[in-house]
Amino acid sequence: MTELKQRQVGTITQPRLGPTGWARWAWRQLTSMRAALLLLLCLAVAAVPGSIWPQRNIDAARVADYLQRHPLAGPWMDRIGLFDVYASPWFAAIYILLLVSLIGCIGPRTMHYARAYRAAPPRPPRHLDRLEAHRRVQVPGTPQEVVHRTRTILGRRHYRTHAYDEHSISAESGHLGEAGNLLFHASLALIVIAVAAGHLFGWRGDAIVPEGQALTNTLSSYGTFSPGPWVDTERLAPFTVRVDSMRATFEEQASGAQFGAPRVFTATVTASDGPGDPTRRTKLEVNKPLSLPGAKAFLLGNGYAPVVTVRDGAGKVVYRDATPFLPQDNNYRSTGAIKVSGLPKDRQLGFTGLFLPTATIEARIGPTSLFPALKNPALVLTAYEGELYPGGRPQNVYTLATDAMTQLRQPSGDPVRIWLTPGSTVQLPGGRGSITLESVSRFAGLSVRHDPAKPFALIGAIGAMLGLTFSFTTRRRRVFVRVMPVVGGAETTPMTIVDFGALAKGGDPRLRAAVDRLISDLFGTERERS
Amino acid sequence: MTPRVLESYSTLSLYSAIAVFTVAMVAFATGLAWRVRTASASATATDAAVAPRQDRPARSAADGIAYSLTWLAAAILAAAVLLRALAVMRVPWGNMFEFTTTGSLAVVLTFLVANLRWDLRWSGVFVVGPVLLALGMAVTVYYTAASQLLPSLRSYWLVIHVSVAILSVALFSLGAVMSLLFVLKSRSTRRSTGSRILAALPDTTTLEGTAYALHIVAFPLWTFTLVAGAIWAEQAWGAYWQWDPKEVWTFVIWVVYAAYLHARATSGWSREASALLALAGYVSILVNYMVVNVYFVGMHSYSGM
Ligand code: HEM
Repeated sequence: MTELKQRQVGTITQPRLGPTGWARWAWRQLTSMRAALLLLLCLAVAAVPGSIWPQRNIDAARVADYLQRHPLAGPWMDRIGLFDVYASPWFAAIYILLLVSLIGCIGPRTMHYARAYRAAPPRPPRHLDRLEAHRRVQVPGTPQEVVHRTRTILGRRHYRTHAYDEHSISAESGHLGEAGNLLFHASLALIVIAVAAGHLFGWRGDAIVPEGQALTNTLSSYGTFSPGPWVDTERLAPFTVRVDSMRATFEEQASGAQFGAPRVFTATVTASDGPGDPTRRTKLEVNKPLSLPGAKAFLLGNGYAPVVTVRDGAGKVVYRDATPFLPQDNNYRSTGAIKVSGLPKDRQLGFTGLFLPTATIEARIGPTSLFPALKNPALVLTAYEGELYPGGRPQNVYTLATDAMTQLRQPSGDPVRIWLTPGSTVQLPGGRGSITLESVSRFAGLSVRHDPAKPFALIGAIGAMLGLTFSFTTRRRRVFVRVMPVVGGAETTPMTIVDFGALAKGGDPRLRAAVDRLISDLFGTERERS
Repeated sequence: MTPRVLESYSTLSLYSAIAVFTVAMVAFATGLAWRVRTASASATATDAAVAPRQDRPARSAADGIAYSLTWLAAAILAAAVLLRALAVMRVPWGNMFEFTTTGSLAVVLTFLVANLRWDLRWSGVFVVGPVLLALGMAVTVYYTAASQLLPSLRSYWLVIHVSVAILSVALFSLGAVMSLLFVLKSRSTRRSTGSRILAALPDTTTLEGTAYALHIVAFPLWTFTLVAGAIWAEQAWGAYWQWDPKEVWTFVIWVVYAAYLHARATSGWSREASALLALAGYVSILVNYMVVNVYFVGMHSYSGM
């Protein structure tokens, strides 16, 4: 500050700042309350687009769909990060600046607070009647007695008091409020840091597990696995979770939009911390995750896994498995693929189509499901023959890549259409064998997550709430008192004139009432004594 | 009684409450008109330079009647909410219709309880009016038949998170009313083309102070809503924060109100500009409720609409 002034005096034109001067100026701007305000508003505005446009981290399929439907604007929107708002550089810039501002502001304020906490309240101003609240009263007693009494009363009301001379008092209250404010801001910083750490060190794996099958905690057994950049994927805890059974029920009574809404999702699972460790059997429900070593498993989805058997022309079983079909709507119209790879390479079989728990055929849209529960289940498929994995490329489990395959047709030339109900079998044309729907089981959609920084985020959240409560329930007030003897009064007892002046930080509608209360206390002690 | 019967009694109570609220609003409006008359009468008298200063216009009987009617209407509305809860055997905030009715009840009760401490009856029209509007929306746009909850809503966090959210929104609503009146009044005072209604309201300092007092109670409650929501999300979906549209807006609302509190404490900002931020916060609440709940796709899209 002084440096700046001197330069201004030296040159009549603009003040010239050296690099350090500029840096200091920028730092002061950034850590000012005005900057915090501006950044907060930026953050609020910047967060909104992420709720309007689909986001990759939530639903990548919807983003792809949006891009397809908006070929012109879409790629540009993608370039400026509108589909990854919360991972975009501009969003990061705002919260990093805010974090820096926050930390740069907490430091000096804590020092200042520590100093102010030890220092005495300031000297009373000359004109108490110019303060926000002012009262003048006359009480019996000598000035010394009145000062002593007033100081006791202020102390009882949690004011810190100091007397610079024998006819005045300076008092201050509400230091806890300032401490609360600091705790609040420090906790916010902790939360931001914990969220960042969670991104760096956390991981998440999602898997679809049919009844009777198990999930082991290795990269390959997850459908998708998203590790943070600093996760060592070689060292995952070796736990397993077996899905024994999956139960789901749906609303059958209510009408309207609630009809068919899900009511209960429960998976019964057997978990083990590692090979050879004891197993435990528990229920996994939507709001009741399962704790595993270093991770938690959540039940996030469910659906049907038809158990299908495929036989070759000689009647030998070439495929038998519970094959999950992914629900596409609230009535569990599900899509999936059955890949019979245990056959000679160019004669492999692939089936793709729908599983319908309550099947019906609607005129316009064809086969669909009317209700999510198994009322009239049907598996509706078309069949292909050829090479399932051309070039050995990995592919989506739930769709069939038909580039190297040809569709099976009836001798009449119509494509083969298979409609299976539980227990029924359909023969494939040309003596290729048959396909049977044995039964329908369910699958559980499990999500396993690890976030080592979670406890810190929680501590931050609790600290922020405590800090706010302290800050808002404490009034930061200063009260000054000055006494004057009444000279030449007719009374025999000495009388004293007391001036009260008070001010509060940030506007305090109850300041006057607080002064009045002090005064009534002052008279109250008088009454008690007489 | 069967759930269907309970539900029909609940609906009947709701319509009765709307009727009583309407009468209460007319009474409040009459009381306000009374204040406007006495205020302008004393203003003319002040010109004569000898008029006795009247800090508070004479309370009219209309205010008293309106206040009692509001208690009555609140009791009937409470019965409607309770009957609904009995019909569904759970907390009465599982869909938009239930949020709206329970939220309206919270606004009215907060207003009535605040009145035990401060005399806010002059603001009755500005509270009961919007409540009637919300109840009207509830019965026409948001009506949902009584039914059970989705599995993800079955958690005691529903009770904690949503009840605090409703209380907090009720306080923000009253705060928004005060902030709005403050902005209108301070503008009209500055242009000295003051409307007579605004002139009859308490002075700008009182309006602003009341708004602030309401906001600093509401803000920590909203902070709690945010934290409780995150804890619940962690249990239900496995991640405490994933920027789902509903989470985004809860956060936006929180940030805008934090900005309001900052603006109010920053010396460079006028009280009026800060109040505009508070109103921006309330607009975010309304967007969150009426737009995000219904039109945006996210994990919270189970409002039953
Ligand atoms: C993450 C960003 C921030 C948020 C969400 C935030 C939020 C808040 C809130 C809600 C309050 C009012 C509560 C209270 O009085 O305890 C407040 C007050 C305050 N904030 Fe911040 N703040 C942030 C950043 C900052 C920064 C960077 C500064 C430093 C300049 C700052 C300085 C202050 C001060 C001095 C007060 C006290 C105001 C008063 O006396 O009432 N804040 N902040």
